[in-house]
Amino acid sequence: MKRQIPLIIVLTLGIAFFIQFFIPSQVSTNIYQTTLQWEIVISAFAIVLAIGSLINHHMLKVKRRKPHWWNSIVTLIAMVVMALLGILGRAKGMGSLGNLYRTLFLYVQAPMDSAMFSILAFYMASAAYRAFRARSQEAALLLISGFIIMLGVVPFGSLIWSKIPDIAEWIMMVPNMAAKRGILFGVGLGMTATSLKIVLGIERSWLGGGGK
Amino acid sequence: MRQKIPGLLLVLLWASLCLALPAKQVPVTAQPVLAAIAPTPGVKAFDTPNDAGNAITVAWQASPDEAQGLVEGYEVLRSESTDGAFSKVGYVPYGFTSFDDQEVPKNASDYYYQVKTVGRGTAAFTLSIISNPAQSKEQWFNTMRINALISCILFTLIVVIFITRAKRGQSLFIRRIAGLAAVEEAVGRATEMGRPILYVPGLSSIADVATIAALNILGQVAKKAAEYDTPLLVPNRDPVVFTVAQEIVKSAYAEVGRPDAYNHDSVFYLTDSQMGFASGVDGIMTREKPATNFFLGMFWAESLILAETGAETGAIQIAGTDAVNQLPFFITACDYTLIGEELYAASAYLSREPMLLGTMKGQDWSKAIIVLLMLIGLATALIAPGTRDFILKILKVG
Repeated sequence: MKRQIPLIIVLTLGIAFFIQFFIPSQVSTNIYQTTLQWEIVISAFAIVLAIGSLINHHMLKVKRRKPHWWNSIVTLIAMVVMALLGILGRAKGMGSLGNLYRTLFLYVQAPMDSAMFSILAFYMASAAYRAFRARSQEAALLLISGFIIMLGVVPFGSLIWSKIPDIAEWIMMVPNMAAKRGILFGVGLGMTATSLKIVLGIERSWLGGGGK
Repeated sequence: MRQKIPGLLLVLLWASLCLALPAKQVPVTAQPVLAAIAPTPGVKAFDTPNDAGNAITVAWQASPDEAQGLVEGYEVLRSESTDGAFSKVGYVPYGFTSFDDQEVPKNASDYYYQVKTVGRGTAAFTLSIISNPAQSKEQWFNTMRINALISCILFTLIVVIFITRAKRGQSLFIRRIAGLAAVEEAVGRATEMGRPILYVPGLSSIADVATIAALNILGQVAKKAAEYDTPLLVPNRDPVVFTVAQEIVKSAYAEVGRPDAYNHDSVFYLTDSQMGFASGVDGIMTREKPATNFFLGMFWAESLILAETGAETGAIQIAGTDAVNQLPFFITACDYTLIGEELYAASAYLSREPMLLGTMKGQDWSKAIIVLLMLIGLATALIAPGTRDFILKILKVG
């Protein structure tokens, strides 16, 4: 029964929303919008479980004195402080706490996010070095096409030869686009097949237990 | 000098009269300018098709003066009767010849429309004739989606045929997928090295099919990890995905008869922040040194940050995503990459369940049909170029 109920819900809602896709009426649209709101409500419940997991995970690390356990203390303190500032900062007469919350967000969290994102540039350089080593015919082809595209998108390329930007564009719009579309066809069908398998109850791994 | 004074007085008198005159005289001088712009012919109003019943479409032909560059745009005016006051409901710049009035109540009274052609660089305008009456009505079937319905029915039929064949015991050939064939080896490697397996089910929500596919594979990987008694680490970004992943891993351990080996803390929530999550997973990889990393599901800019860090730690890496823009990064930095649909095929490939294999075969045949239709469409468009618009029309989903 524990498995039958979710399967019945999925089958019913799966068919209902398949039909809904073809009905543009107000009733149909309202049902769809209401369901989306339910999704938000359910997610809110899941956040409670997620926060519980976060606290439990880091508390265990601290208790067992796992390597770098002090980082967990920083995480827990940061979580409690930000939560308190965020909640109390909205109360009347507590504007200064709200300001502190914004300050911490803008001058601590946002720069840390940006710093992490900026690392991508360095990783791209190292990945490009690996990808552009001409070890095989395919890799050599990738190297040449990548080189042309890089030249084509900078003014220097057109200074060397005015046709380079056109060739770069052709590579992007014809062979590159064709490959992308080929993958997207497969992805589209794969998505449909996966949805169908789940709705019909053929695929049950999501229930737990690896498909049986 | 004496002769100039009366003339000067006359000029002053004329100027003061001009200033003192009321605005009444303005339309008299503006009238010839108004007539200079030709009105829009053929104004018609009709219920907007395939909607919830709150819109009327107004269409017209471009003013003949638009080609001369004399038209700035068109104002659409609405009234409940032909002799009532018309009020402005919308504006479209020149080049457009239709407007959807989306502020009309469903099944209400008739509405009439007029189109006001606004001149460029002047205050000149001209009004069209009043349109036919139109009423908005809701529809119960979107006719622009008939093609999608037919495709879905056809696809379902093909899949059902192959599932039936698979059920009867017919063997279905599935080509070898290197990334999936390596799953067993990757788990075995982690066991031999005594290090954990890291499994990241993407950064998207449960509503993403790629996430569901990643969770399906997690079930298989968790079973193997449970069999070999290898620690499994599953960090999550989405709270709902976290709860589902936890349940999947728990059930997998129970299914192979090792419920005692399940560690409740092995599936955990990290953070909702994209880069915060990337940073957290990077930290796990550098501290715990997992022998095997799985990056399956939906990824964005963090894909390369994760894969490069994993490559630096020396882990064997299996990635898979349907995000076309992230595939090159995974291909470069990982040992095996599941490209697009291979991610969706993983569950069937790993479990070898006939019903799941049947759906895979159905997918392959549907793809073959799409390729065939593309070739037919291409050939038809080349032989008869006039059919191109028709082909595009039947393929368009509204």
